[in-house]
Amino acid sequence: MRHVISVLVENKFGVLAKIAGLFSARGYNIESLAVGETDDPRFSRMTVVVPGDDRIIDQVKRQLAKVIEVIEVKDLASGNYVERDLVLIKVPYIDSTKRKVDEIIDRFHLTIADIVEDSVILQIVGEESFVESAIEELKQVGIKEMVRTGTIALEKD
Amino acid sequence: MPKMKGAQILVDALLRERVEYIFGYPGGAVLPTFDVLYDAPIKFILARHEQGAAHAADGYARATGRVGVCIATSGPGATNLVTGIATAYMDSIPMVAITGQVKTSLIGNDAFQEADVTGITRPITKHNYLVKDARDLARVIKEAFYIASTGRPGPVLIDLPVDVQIQEVEFEWPDRVDLPGYLVQSEPHPAQVKQASMMISESKRPVLYVGGGVVSSGAANEVRKLAHKCQIPVTTTLMALGVFPSDDSLSLGMLGMHGTGYANHAIMEADLIIAVGARFDDRVTGRLDTFAPYARVIHIDIDPTSISKNIPVDLEIVGDAKVVLQRLIEIVEKPDTEEWLEQIDIWKKRFRLTYKDDPNVIKPQYVIEKISELTNGEAIISTEVGQNQMWAAQYYNFKYPRQFITSGGLGTMGFGLPAAIGAKVGCPDKVVIDIAGDGSIQMNIQELMTAVENGIDVKIAILNNSYLGMVRQWQELFYRRRYSATPIKSPDFVKLAEAYGAKGMRVVRKEDVVPTIEEALRTPGVVVMDFIVAPEENVFPMVPAGEAINKMIMGMA
Repeated sequence: MRHVISVLVENKFGVLAKIAGLFSARGYNIESLAVGETDDPRFSRMTVVVPGDDRIIDQVKRQLAKVIEVIEVKDLASGNYVERDLVLIKVPYIDSTKRKVDEIIDRFHLTIADIVEDSVILQIVGEESFVESAIEELKQVGIKEMVRTGTIALEKD
Repeated sequence: MPKMKGAQILVDALLRERVEYIFGYPGGAVLPTFDVLYDAPIKFILARHEQGAAHAADGYARATGRVGVCIATSGPGATNLVTGIATAYMDSIPMVAITGQVKTSLIGNDAFQEADVTGITRPITKHNYLVKDARDLARVIKEAFYIASTGRPGPVLIDLPVDVQIQEVEFEWPDRVDLPGYLVQSEPHPAQVKQASMMISESKRPVLYVGGGVVSSGAANEVRKLAHKCQIPVTTTLMALGVFPSDDSLSLGMLGMHGTGYANHAIMEADLIIAVGARFDDRVTGRLDTFAPYARVIHIDIDPTSISKNIPVDLEIVGDAKVVLQRLIEIVEKPDTEEWLEQIDIWKKRFRLTYKDDPNVIKPQYVIEKISELTNGEAIISTEVGQNQMWAAQYYNFKYPRQFITSGGLGTMGFGLPAAIGAKVGCPDKVVIDIAGDGSIQMNIQELMTAVENGIDVKIAILNNSYLGMVRQWQELFYRRRYSATPIKSPDFVKLAEAYGAKGMRVVRKEDVVPTIEEALRTPGVVVMDFIVAPEENVFPMVPAGEAINKMIMGMA
């Protein structure tokens, strides 16, 4: 089962290394990890997506909570959060691909981040499954380069 | 407010934390701190290797329950502490380790004697700090002692660049710690305590399984009360020997790989295991999927990560062992365990812990038995790691908590001698004996000089079998006696002791064992006893790795 865990941490030197080290030392897999400062610069919020059965997830949460700089650990219950991935993706924008790329942009409501010579950089924002299908479509025109953030998620209430 | 140098703040803060002893070794990156220590009212004990300093601080902490403090310079000084810090971490021992660091402007430049010590120690400390500004120092030290000694205790490292030690700032001692992410839950949830009491009252074949958490929580009396009130037999882990007196009729002794047959059978047949401050380590459980098949499990621990890590539990209670047991004792009703205790008595007779004595050679078990008798079971015993450790665990009659000082989790050879030094410093009125093997003792033998120089009166009993005995035992049993790299030569330990200024005695005949121990105990100062013991004696019972714990090799005729 895929769990989205939201971790509020003190925004201090070394905390990310500690969390990452915890996962590798204990042999837990991470699907993605995204981190950034909150509105209060003393704190950062990490969104960690972890695959695993209930027992592993339970241990992950306990181990995270044990880290001194970790203020709060929330396992976001399905349905009660909003999640987004952000992808920047560069595809060829030439005579042979233009029609297909434009069609995908329309169908997925993608944003054009930049156009350079014979390429276009598209911005895809959405839930993981949406992002995956957009990428799948764009593979047909050939992806030159892409980069994506990990999932970020916010609890609804 | 007058300004103070970082080093002065450090030492003043240590005094406010009532530190009396520091074990360590100087070096370039801690010169300013040692300059302040020169006339501070703290006794500094110079080890002969930083590893010895870390183990001594650890031994001090284990014997006294207070925070042990060690200090080393940057780079190699700090990396030499690492094994000692890891040892303390695995056994949840409160320790504060202070390391010098190259000056802040050089950090990351591969400077002379630089190592990324907070990086290196991250997975083996409860918490660590790199202090880049002396204004943070007082707060960091207060937090370090607080974190090291509360909750599940553990080592905390403070890495202190040399320029921060001479930086002058105002000293302000915080009146409280502010750690929003560090909460210690001592008081248990009442509903869980109530459920535990019901599970105990309903049980027919309960076992109390207690570990090192009972020692750190100071809950030995509560364990005894609960056991007696409910007539529940008690088995302890290696870390908890002494928590429950071995001569008590409810005592099952130690369980696990080299535990007693009756403890292991009791666990395997139990219908309820009440685990207190223990973590179901693999040396205890043996093969996990066969462990305690009939038992429901109550797990009491201050560290939620210990619970359901190895064994799924039926009821978890997060809290301080002492508090939880007090609440439980108030409400629990005695189950009917009469039949169960009869069964246990049968096992106790059938699986008596024993060995085959021999009038012509010295059996290591015999040496331990005699040390136990001649010290009336009152000495503090430290051990190295291997056969010496297991025989000490099996054949010394421990009476009190904090009496047995041994590296359980990490299994660090070379631990016993420096740990004995730390224990003796903390408990000067106790007899302190390191039970060693001829292999282990050579790993930190240089600490003999530390003991002699400082008049730290420790006795060392070497069970000398000319082998790395525990590994040889595994080779004998599982590798067709192919003794690869386990025969080991040793120096003349008597001459070596004398060279260090200690007394050395060699014992080759069984009848000399008792007089030698008596003489050693009578002799003030450091004494090394070199017992030439049966070379191929094995530790039994033994559960082969990966087997169920009732599948023991008894090894006895």
